[in-house]
Amino acid sequence: MDQNKIYPQSFVLIALILYIVLFVAPSFMGIYYSFTDWNRYTDKINFIGIENYKTIFTSEGTYYNYIYNTLKFTVISNIVKIIPALFLALLLTENLKGENIYRAILFFPAILSYLVIGLIFRSMLHPTTGFVNKTLEMMRLGFMAKGWLIDPKWVWPSIYAVDAWRGTGYVMTIFIAGLQSIPKYYYEAAEIDGADFFQKLIHITLPMLRPAITINLIFGLTYGLRVFDIIFVLTNGGPGRMTEVINTAIFREFALGTYGVGTALSTILFVCMGIISIFTIGVMNRKEIEL
Amino acid sequence: MINIKRGSKVFIKYFIAYALSLIVIIPFLVIVNNSLKTKAEADLMDLSLPSHFQWENYEIASERGKLGTSFFNSLLYSVVATTVSVIINSMAAFVLARKKTKLNLILYLFIVLGIMLPSNFIALIKVMQILHLINTRLGIILLYIATNVSFGIFIIYGFVGTIPRELDEAAVIDGANSWQLFFKVIFPLLKPVLVTVGVLTFMGIWNDFMAPLYVLNRASLWPMTLAVYNFFGQYEQEWNLVFADIVLTCLPVFLIYLLGQRYIVSGMIAGAVKK
Repeated sequence: MDQNKIYPQSFVLIALILYIVLFVAPSFMGIYYSFTDWNRYTDKINFIGIENYKTIFTSEGTYYNYIYNTLKFTVISNIVKIIPALFLALLLTENLKGENIYRAILFFPAILSYLVIGLIFRSMLHPTTGFVNKTLEMMRLGFMAKGWLIDPKWVWPSIYAVDAWRGTGYVMTIFIAGLQSIPKYYYEAAEIDGADFFQKLIHITLPMLRPAITINLIFGLTYGLRVFDIIFVLTNGGPGRMTEVINTAIFREFALGTYGVGTALSTILFVCMGIISIFTIGVMNRKEIEL
Repeated sequence: MINIKRGSKVFIKYFIAYALSLIVIIPFLVIVNNSLKTKAEADLMDLSLPSHFQWENYEIASERGKLGTSFFNSLLYSVVATTVSVIINSMAAFVLARKKTKLNLILYLFIVLGIMLPSNFIALIKVMQILHLINTRLGIILLYIATNVSFGIFIIYGFVGTIPRELDEAAVIDGANSWQLFFKVIFPLLKPVLVTVGVLTFMGIWNDFMAPLYVLNRASLWPMTLAVYNFFGQYEQEWNLVFADIVLTCLPVFLIYLLGQRYIVSGMIAGAVKK
């Protein structure tokens, strides 16, 4: 049969064109613009070589810091979500009474937008009128009240806490799906051999959970490097520029009209994520991620 | 002795599950509770019940926050973009998965590479200006369709492989053309995976904040996320109104979650597992 007639190439066309025009083209134009002095105030765009990248990498502690913050957020926010989520998943697959209700409650924040969650916690953590500090005062624990989102000592932990509040249930649910696919008789056999909880965890659960762990890591990595909403809403990069990450910095450059530097930052993120993508596609082709 | 030990272990487990659930629930209770108070009462920010239920807070918030318009916008963007992207992505995935020419394999990889990559919003705005799509409903809908191409095609592509090719041949022998083959035979069989993709795409668009922040600067075009963010900035002194606005923003998602929890969770997880 005529393959071209049954499977017309035109079926691919609409998706492909939209993808190229509104996704691929801007990315590559962005790479070009990152070598120019494009800004809001002049119509003329001049090629300036690697000037913007020089600005970013030699600006002593400003732009450089935003990249560092993004990496720090990616690592820490994932550690504080993935490890507790694993133990929670183990806990909620032990046939506790009402475990489906616990699962549903813990998962729920994951369906709300980061924006709304950020707003909820900006109010909860408000230094003077927030629920957290008010409650601490009421319990005569006023000394524990902090400027959660404005005190340099507490701002990062607060961001991690809010992020974990939103994301742990989701990570947990992926682990639960993984756990449910492990055959029970593995554990039965191990118990007959006298294995304890940690031996079972290390020799059965973790190896069998590898696909779920891989997914959570890939998700976490992508989310962390691209983080924007939650930081934009909670701190908008503050106090000072202490919690600025790449995506909030790009928006700031956009707002300032310094498009050249903004596109250079975008391009740095694009290249990093590109390398990770190629690596990930390699992993997926090894069929590791099929549950 | 053993019984006591086991008993306390079980107790700790329930305690953890219970405590964590409370941590998730309390912020919502605080918000709903304070959304029904007067401004003075809400300023105390405690868990005591309102002396009088101020239902009018909701009316005020919805009016001043223009929630009607933004709800309509969110719904329009999510429904139209999700529907169109499910259709065009499954058409593309069908042909790419069935006709594995060298070109199509390259196209597939080229498309899939975009799953994790971030959009360059500043350059995107330039492109959208050139195409006169900036600050338009059509523009943001097309943008959402474009940003979901990679993920949609990737997931559907895998599923097309599980549908036997013999069906295509039988349909063609019975005289179906490629459109009939796709929409009458293949499309219905793709339903499970389309639900997954649909749920994920819909939620992603409904909850998105970044794209409208960059490409829509007219308040009448804002979706709910942008509207509630703006409202928060304007009324930060009046928690009761802010909370009423947040409740109204969360409500649609909450209702959908109650009704279709199983669908949504399995959709979001299946997507994760396949992604």
